[in-house]
Amino acid sequence: MILRKYGIYVAFVGVIVILSIISPSFLTWRNLLNIVRQSSIHGVMAVGMTFVILTAGIDLSVGSVLALTGVLCASFEHAGLPIVLIVIATLAIGALIGSVNGLIITKGKVTPFVVTLGMMSVARGLAHIYTDGQPISGFGDGFRYIGAGDFFCMPVPIIIFVLTLLIAAVVLRNTRLGRYTYAIGGNEEAVWLSGINVDRFKIAAYAISGLTAALGAIILTSRLNAGESIAGVGYELDVIASVVIGGTSLMGGRGSVWGTFVGALLIGTINNGMNLLVIPSYWQLVVKGSIIVGAALLDRLREK
Amino acid sequence: MKKTVLLIIIIVLVSLITFGSCRQGPKGEGEIVIGLSVPSLSHPFFIYLTKNVMDEARKLGIEVIASDAGDVAARQMSIIEDFIVKGVEGVLMSPIGADALVPAVESLNQAKIPVATVDRKVNGGDVLVHVGADNVEGGRVAARYLIEKLGEKGNIIELEGTPGASPAIDRKKGFEEELAGSNIKILASQTAEFQRAKGQSVMENLMQAHGDFQGVYAANDEMILGAIEAMEAHGISASGVVAVGYDAIPDALEYIKQGKLDATIEQFPGEQARKALRFLVENIRDGKLPPSNEVYIKPIAIDKSNLEQAEDKVR
Repeated sequence: MILRKYGIYVAFVGVIVILSIISPSFLTWRNLLNIVRQSSIHGVMAVGMTFVILTAGIDLSVGSVLALTGVLCASFEHAGLPIVLIVIATLAIGALIGSVNGLIITKGKVTPFVVTLGMMSVARGLAHIYTDGQPISGFGDGFRYIGAGDFFCMPVPIIIFVLTLLIAAVVLRNTRLGRYTYAIGGNEEAVWLSGINVDRFKIAAYAISGLTAALGAIILTSRLNAGESIAGVGYELDVIASVVIGGTSLMGGRGSVWGTFVGALLIGTINNGMNLLVIPSYWQLVVKGSIIVGAALLDRLREK
Repeated sequence: MKKTVLLIIIIVLVSLITFGSCRQGPKGEGEIVIGLSVPSLSHPFFIYLTKNVMDEARKLGIEVIASDAGDVAARQMSIIEDFIVKGVEGVLMSPIGADALVPAVESLNQAKIPVATVDRKVNGGDVLVHVGADNVEGGRVAARYLIEKLGEKGNIIELEGTPGASPAIDRKKGFEEELAGSNIKILASQTAEFQRAKGQSVMENLMQAHGDFQGVYAANDEMILGAIEAMEAHGISASGVVAVGYDAIPDALEYIKQGKLDATIEQFPGEQARKALRFLVENIRDGKLPPSNEVYIKPIAIDKSNLEQAEDKVR
């Protein structure tokens, strides 16, 4: 019964217990902070992805959008813009790219898979063109604070991650945008028939995904001390996996950002645990994939 | 009506093709055209390689035509076929697949067009020369540098490349073989998939379990730079740990100048490309054969003392 209702949480606790037993360095305050900090990048992106998947859509372009907004953000810093402006401009560009996805999906009536697959290639290409393939590196302390700083002993990326989660949870629960996001995923036609502008809310979901990809880009660029056009290759997998093993249905209409939170932490914990246990690189791929599918399987038990 | 339009289109197309090929016309006396095909023109490494081929072509007074295969083996195959139709005198390529491009090499052989490969090899057909990097030797050079700096003892952490990629396998092999002859112990060896961000997070994780290490080796510069950022955030100063990367990218040279990185391995990709083109052109002009049909350029360790020997890879 417990397993049915809280599948993903049980899986998460299980992984933590096992790792604590076999690796003495796992369950330390420092390592736990380390895991949450590492999860914060794919974590914030997964929060935006949750909106898209709730509408029964998908956004494959997030890794490339991260690369493009990351190199732009890096060049804004080098141009000497104030930090607030760097952040606002980068987030705005991310939201804009997301809106373009949303516009083509809704007004052009092309499936999200194809549109965002195309954007994945376009954004990656633009990032390469903009930088000529060269990294933009070396930032001032002010900008580095976002990804590498501490606020009262708490790493700043973790604070950003938690704030993003809280805002998203409130939006999904208490606003029209949130309620329609669920409704569209549940039954798009019914929402449309009741006279609601479905397109507007779907575009908003993709804009949010673009915005959180840009937020991930700001954290990553600052943390890494470099903006690179090759950053974020394959991130869409970790991001989508976080959302889906967090219990959000790919068919739309059902799920929550709290599930996504645990999903993102689970992915981060697996990566961390495999390093601590020094699992050979070929096996890491097998272990990671199996745990993701296993966790999702456990979660599906509650539907039955 | 439809048929008429179709007919007109066909006539226009046919005449375009005919005139198009006429306009290429017979080439001037002594003007050599070489076809260049690399896996992808959006990858920084191949952009750099192409740029070096173009520079060398200008010096040699020949023309090079390049096409982007977008990392698709079948597309590279049709690019090679186009080269044959165009009547190039030679082909320089870096094959996307070692087996997949064998038929392409065979059709070049049939057309009696000499072909040279650079960086990546093919597993069949007659290739005039392959010029490449010896990644196993590069791994050994990195190990020797660490052994020398650490005085034959100590603990190190190793970051591997993308699982299954041949440079990842070769660099690891050479590095570990050479290190096995010393008293240096590899505490942990993990993949960070040749990426800077992964290098950072994998290093953060490894430092949770292993505090006592004196050296770090990564199979490319991207990963070692990420690892250095991780160590700095963790309060480990760069001077206390010997850090060695691989590829001598501009960022790594900058880190060496700042004293954050100790060394990186340079295997001269620009020189590889230039050399392969020179062998090809010498063969076409004078029928000269290269000294061997596999030529490897010796990798060296670059540190503060010999920074000027690294190739300038910016643009």
